[in-house]
Amino acid sequence: MNSSAVSLREIVDSAVAEHHGKIGTLMPVLHSVQEKLGFVPSESVPMLAQSLNLSRAEIQGVIGFYHDFRTSPAGEHLIQLCRAEACQAMGSRDLELHAKQRLGIDFGETTEDGRFTLEPVYCLGNCACAPSVRINDGIHARVSTGSFDQLIDDLEAQE
Amino acid sequence: MSALKVFVPRDATACALGADAVADSILAGAKGRGIEIELVRNGSRGAFWLEPLVEVETESGRMAFGPVALADVPGLFESGFPGPADHALGLGPVDGIDWLASQQRLTFYRSGWTDPLSLDDYTRMGGYKGLKRALDLSSQAIVDEVKESGLRGRGGAAFPTGIKWQTVLDTPAEQKYIVCNADEGDSGTFADRLLMESDPFQLIEGMTIAGLAVGATEGFIYLRSEYPHCRRVLEEAIARASQANWLGEDIQGSGKAFKLELRIGAGAYICGEETSLLDSLEGKRGLIRFKPPLPAIEGLLGKPTVVNNVLSLGAISTILAEGAGYYRDFGTGRSRGTLTVQLAGNVRRGGLVEIPFGATLRELVEGYGGGTASGRPVRAIQVGGPLGAYLPESQWDVTLNYGALTDIGGMLGHGGIVVFDDTVDMAQQARFAMEFCAVESCGKCTPCRVGSVRGVEVIDRIVANQDREFNLKVLDDLCETMDKGSLCAMGGLTPMPVRSALKHFPADFGA
Ligand SMILES: Cc1cc2nc3c(=O)[nH]c(=O)nc-3n(C[C@H](O)[C@H](O)[C@H](O)COP(=O)(O)O)c2cc1C
Ligand code: SF4
Ligand code: FES
Repeated sequence: MNSSAVSLREIVDSAVAEHHGKIGTLMPVLHSVQEKLGFVPSESVPMLAQSLNLSRAEIQGVIGFYHDFRTSPAGEHLIQLCRAEACQAMGSRDLELHAKQRLGIDFGETTEDGRFTLEPVYCLGNCACAPSVRINDGIHARVSTGSFDQLIDDLEAQE
Repeated sequence: MSALKVFVPRDATACALGADAVADSILAGAKGRGIEIELVRNGSRGAFWLEPLVEVETESGRMAFGPVALADVPGLFESGFPGPADHALGLGPVDGIDWLASQQRLTFYRSGWTDPLSLDDYTRMGGYKGLKRALDLSSQAIVDEVKESGLRGRGGAAFPTGIKWQTVLDTPAEQKYIVCNADEGDSGTFADRLLMESDPFQLIEGMTIAGLAVGATEGFIYLRSEYPHCRRVLEEAIARASQANWLGEDIQGSGKAFKLELRIGAGAYICGEETSLLDSLEGKRGLIRFKPPLPAIEGLLGKPTVVNNVLSLGAISTILAEGAGYYRDFGTGRSRGTLTVQLAGNVRRGGLVEIPFGATLRELVEGYGGGTASGRPVRAIQVGGPLGAYLPESQWDVTLNYGALTDIGGMLGHGGIVVFDDTVDMAQQARFAMEFCAVESCGKCTPCRVGSVRGVEVIDRIVANQDREFNLKVLDDLCETMDKGSLCAMGGLTPMPVRSALKHFPADFGA
């Protein structure tokens, strides 16, 4: 057994232990696995099935249903552009085109250097100061094409 | 001399506008000048157009400055801040700002005044008065009080809360649950978020009272994952309430128990619908359940469950503290309490407005909102979230209450008001409504799952002027099928924005 398989097992076990006995434990467990690894690897599904006494299909179904759960690694920074109405009213459609161009990727894709993943999101609750962008756990208000570039420049400058 | 208290909100929108950096810079600036300050990260007042709204405590009240950008901080200090300061961003006493002073804050009474995580602040401003009273009442007496208040659910459907609670109380079971719907998925809404980030103990108190009212000892807050700031505040607030014995096995030595757990959603709009939310809480895909049975009878794990919106549960604290009559006497007809709306989108002064029922949409958007942020004319206003109607100018004189909006073919919903200027393309808005439905459909029924995908295609054909009359008829039939044949309001109400856009703005569809 290689070491990454061992550590995946450990991560799954600790996530299961952390939420042991909770109602509907699968969701918090999936969140924990994703928080640690950035995604829910397909190899974790049989492990989860065994530990939680659920079928693989059930777990696959849940992972597939929710937009948040990803089955492949995200880039270093997860960028979510709000596509919902209040942001549209403040120019998010243009921002979306610009962001895709600047990063050279479409929604759901990761830049080749593995730095950025771009995703749509439907409202961040910042609708009075739109358009809104979430980068990792930080939210940014009134994002223009210029301030978007600045945010990306700053992240690119970080090492 | 004791340290001057300076307040910088910690709310998500304030932070999105740079409040953290402003707070750091104020701390550093004060230190550099040898001024002793105590920096408090208060909640926001919801005047988001003024965020970051910095306040200083003085003998004559709290002096406000805003909106304060990072670059403004040195200038603030130069003008005398945090002492008496004459600065362009000075707004005078915070409770003199007309936008706030003219509101009637019932639910958002404490927002902005307190450190959201301070139980001392909370109790000093009337917090836990309602729960203390409820601990001495019978379950039936609490439910009666809620019924008498006339409170209707604030999540959208406006169902009388007391009646829901009565059903749960009357359904025998060894275990019952309280579930707070904090999924707030509607674009243009942030009232739940503001309450949870600015006054989280109000929600916790309300849920605890709900538990006493129906005999439930366990509660869950189902919070959307799009609210990371809110999550941190709630985690800490629950921990502090538990530590201070406001939650747990023996609340304040009363022998009564209530424990509360925070659960995080995973980016599915449909999980805001209560039965989908319950399935999600059970760890499943968030599929809509057939009703009946009602969640009040067979909810979480098949047990009687109260599912209420954040604002509904928040109002409970006030109703129990001040009495049903106090709450009921705000408001008119079937709309009791206060009107909570959120001004969003292309609006100059966006934020949370809590006022007596009775104002018109125009008064809100032009008065509080101050027109568009872009300075261009307002063209369309969407009220009630992504499933709400787009209203043209001829309908802006509608009074904002549940009945009046329904009468003109719209809905108040959770009170989101999204303003669009004259650059909006209403065909694109209609197309988006269908697209959103396709993305967020739970997939259980065909009219919604398939109809929404077809809807996008048909709108594209209409705009491209292909077989115009035929495709308009197809779209109309499609809307009819979704309206009549969908299991829940996701598919059932998506035609509302689509049809209103088409009806009131036909030119945008190439007519
Ligand atoms: C598609 C859809 C989405 C909904 N989203 C929410 C939501 O985000 N928050 C909420 O409180 N209610 C939402 N509701 C309404 C809930 O189903 C339910 O009526 C509400 O939680 C009951 O609480 P209340 O009586 O306190 O309003 C939604 C309903 C539908 C059909
Ligand atoms: S209308 Fe849509 S969201 Fe509602 S049950 Fe049917 S498929 Fe699911
Ligand atoms: S619509 Fe974009 S933050 Fe709410």
